[in-house]
Amino acid sequence: MTHDHDHHHDNELDPFAARVKALETILTEKGLIDPAAVDAIVETYETKVGPRNGARVVAKAWSDPDFAEWLRRDATAAIASLGYTGRQGEHMQAVFNTEDTHNLIVCTLCSCYPWTVLGVPPVWYKAPPYRSQAVIDPRGVLAEFGLVLPEATRIRVWDSTAELRYMVVPMRPAETEGLSQDDLARLVTRDSMIGTGLPLRPGSLGPGALWPAAADEGGAP
Amino acid sequence: MSKPETGSGAAAATPFRLPAGSGTDTPVFAEPWQAQAFALAVALHQRGLFSWSEWAAALSKEVASPDAADDGSDYYQHWLAALEALLVAKGVAGPELIDALSSSWQRAARATPHGHPVSLENDPERAR
Repeated sequence: MTHDHDHHHDNELDPFAARVKALETILTEKGLIDPAAVDAIVETYETKVGPRNGARVVAKAWSDPDFAEWLRRDATAAIASLGYTGRQGEHMQAVFNTEDTHNLIVCTLCSCYPWTVLGVPPVWYKAPPYRSQAVIDPRGVLAEFGLVLPEATRIRVWDSTAELRYMVVPMRPAETEGLSQDDLARLVTRDSMIGTGLPLRPGSLGPGALWPAAADEGGAP
Repeated sequence: MSKPETGSGAAAATPFRLPAGSGTDTPVFAEPWQAQAFALAVALHQRGLFSWSEWAAALSKEVASPDAADDGSDYYQHWLAALEALLVAKGVAGPELIDALSSSWQRAARATPHGHPVSLENDPERAR
């Protein structure tokens, strides 16, 4: 009876948002989810879990040979020792770049990704062309990221699964002797841990830097 | 030393192109519902409704759809479809119920004045 009012009809729910609301309603009524817990998961993945976790793992591996060895042998446990544990019960394997071999990770099947160390994957990682081309033409894919490797460098592609996720440990950049783990972590980028990029060089916090310039609060611990 | 790369894009039906603005700062979720859909699957897995392998199988079935966008922009649509399919398969929710409740939420949103939280109670057609 109030339909002649001039309502503002800008509360339009798009079909996907409406379906998610519908699922939330059903699952809450059935006691299968707690909306507050769902919000907490969103919060965690939007703000707390991200590639900075992985950057700390890499920086520790660069500075601590025992940790590097542990990471090579049992990445799941080595990563968990820093407080980053998988929620999906997946196993982690760290693949180390060397002078001869560059590693690249992909999930050809869907989008399995090392969430605990890298957060939620970027859009391109989930796109069909990346998922297929990383296997067929890894050099072409790397070139798209501006990464051109020497002809002699072998590119090894690791296809993740629901049970086993990979992370790349890039080579420590030159001229980083004496840098603290915090400063080393600042050189690690998300893409360098996927294999589509290299770490930053010291003193050049360029695109891809995970932390703002030094001496900020809330930086690497 | 550098020979021209063969196969760079040549073998490819759809060559990989890095989307513009793919910096590290790009938000991982384009819209709030994507984050919610993501969290629902994680929460239900934690509760043990399905194993992560079951989830990966359901998701890969959806993302393998020939209609999938090349830029990955519809990824969370597939995610949502996989979640619905799993809930139907597990007997948690039928498609009719999901459809009906989705429409109800849309009507409720339209009937809610701007600035007020949308509640299902605001659906004018909702049976009391």
